[in-house]
Amino acid sequence: MSSILVFCSVQENRIKRSSLEVMSRARQLATENGLSLGAAILGSHASSLVSEATAHGASQVFTVSDPVLDAHVNAPVIAALEGILTTVQPRLMVAASTESVKDVLGALAVRTDAAVLPDVASFDLAGDSVVCERPVMAAKKLAATHTTHPLVFVSVRSGSYEASEAPVDGEEVAVPFHFDPATLGATLKEIVTQAGDTVDLSEARVVVAAGRGVRDEAGRALVQQLADITGAAIGASRAVVETGLFPATAQIGQTGKVVSPDLYFAIGISGAVQHTAGMANSRIIVAINKDPDAPIFDVATYGLVGDCFTILPLLNAALREAMA
Amino acid sequence: MKFCVCIKQVPDVQATVQTGRMVLNAYDASAVEEALVLNEPTGDPVDLVLVGGPGATETIRKALAMGATGATHLVTEDATDSHAVALLLSDHFSQADYDVILTGKQSQDSDAGLAGSMLAARLNLPYATNAVGLAIEGEKLIVTRQGDVGQEVIALETPCVVTCSNDMNNPRIPALKGIMAAKRKPITTVEATLPEPRTVVGATMDPPSREPGVKLEGEPEEMVADLVRRLDAEAGVI
Repeated sequence: MSSILVFCSVQENRIKRSSLEVMSRARQLATENGLSLGAAILGSHASSLVSEATAHGASQVFTVSDPVLDAHVNAPVIAALEGILTTVQPRLMVAASTESVKDVLGALAVRTDAAVLPDVASFDLAGDSVVCERPVMAAKKLAATHTTHPLVFVSVRSGSYEASEAPVDGEEVAVPFHFDPATLGATLKEIVTQAGDTVDLSEARVVVAAGRGVRDEAGRALVQQLADITGAAIGASRAVVETGLFPATAQIGQTGKVVSPDLYFAIGISGAVQHTAGMANSRIIVAINKDPDAPIFDVATYGLVGDCFTILPLLNAALREAMA
Repeated sequence: MKFCVCIKQVPDVQATVQTGRMVLNAYDASAVEEALVLNEPTGDPVDLVLVGGPGATETIRKALAMGATGATHLVTEDATDSHAVALLLSDHFSQADYDVILTGKQSQDSDAGLAGSMLAARLNLPYATNAVGLAIEGEKLIVTRQGDVGQEVIALETPCVVTCSNDMNNPRIPALKGIMAAKRKPITTVEATLPEPRTVVGATMDPPSREPGVKLEGEPEEMVADLVRRLDAEAGVI
């Protein structure tokens, strides 16, 4: 029986929420089309995550437990996935569209002779075709795209599907892995993290994002306060990353990260489509902007017209009280 | 080091109304800029290659005007996918000798982000994607890439392939001198046959809009009190 394989991204010894969303969609398609559902997990703690994958419906969990896979370097990840794909021979491999997945998908497709539907908002099986809808033209349009190739990779934007459990009795299948570091051609020298990188933006349940209206250090302090009170990760629009007020790792949008939290605060962000492309899947969006015509209000669940320097101190005090 | 930058002509997606105006892909412009800056001290060449229709010459001239040395135009029918482009480019590079191949991390029109890493795999070269900084260190290229958490600093052996983010730099606007010089720079034109694409784009549509929300009104204190009440009672998120 043919199968759907879900490549699970791991962080801090958990399968990422975005991967579980993809697995839930894959499970639904597997059931509808009489396919089996497998998962692929890489890294030295892979075996400890098998139960999380079976709890979400994977009946076989393929693991490669080599520590070389613990920090992301593309060549060994590609080699490990190639080994798993050769073993499993799935119809479809799906993954969350993380930076690490984007890094390997093209090269892996060449190595395994696959077609790729990258960064999709939705996907489906239709007869011989794998079909999807994906944002194009800086997310101003959605393009229906399909392929009839026998092996297809799909990467899915975070927040496109709901994650849900459906436990099965699954088994771990350890896949042999022999990687010669001499063939690597690349060395990971260091990973540079900045304050605020501790909460992974794309996985956070609450995000506080700052734009041009957060003019200076004083504004940044108010944003930081709101994030501390709500346990949020801090994001930013391109404008305030360019001025250096926020780090590049915080950028949300078409050229930055795609986030889909339960609660998104857009503080002083005008809401150009390049930004909203990265956050429109958020469940509740709160927008604070002094321009009543700012496009951010078109996507906001709750809009407050006003200067964030006036509103944030009040909001921070009220939330601190409400959440105490 | 000898650089070649793969560039693409794309619609001006930043424009509010699409008029058919075509521009140099912004991510590719960052790649050209970075190559020019890195090679400034040595004067080593920065070549270009573009896959696209005959009308793309304009975009090649733009990148030459920034300061690139020379260009190859692989002339094709326009629309295709990453798989076909990577195949054409790998044919091109199998007959060339470069230390570093750069390209944008994705193109502004299709936003696929695949051609660079597909090219690297076809050429069997080490690569890095989504680079925000580059530096030359001996025979190696030091790449800072934006990862999922933090920035990863990777030493790549050359020859290698790197895809560039537009967060890397602000591409220069060509000066008149550069524009004049570009007119005399060589463009090699090669008629290319597009390989069969693996993915097919059908209809395009407007993205779904969100449920309309509410604009809270009143004095700041009232709006904030109303918001906190709604976040708790209506939305259940606090």
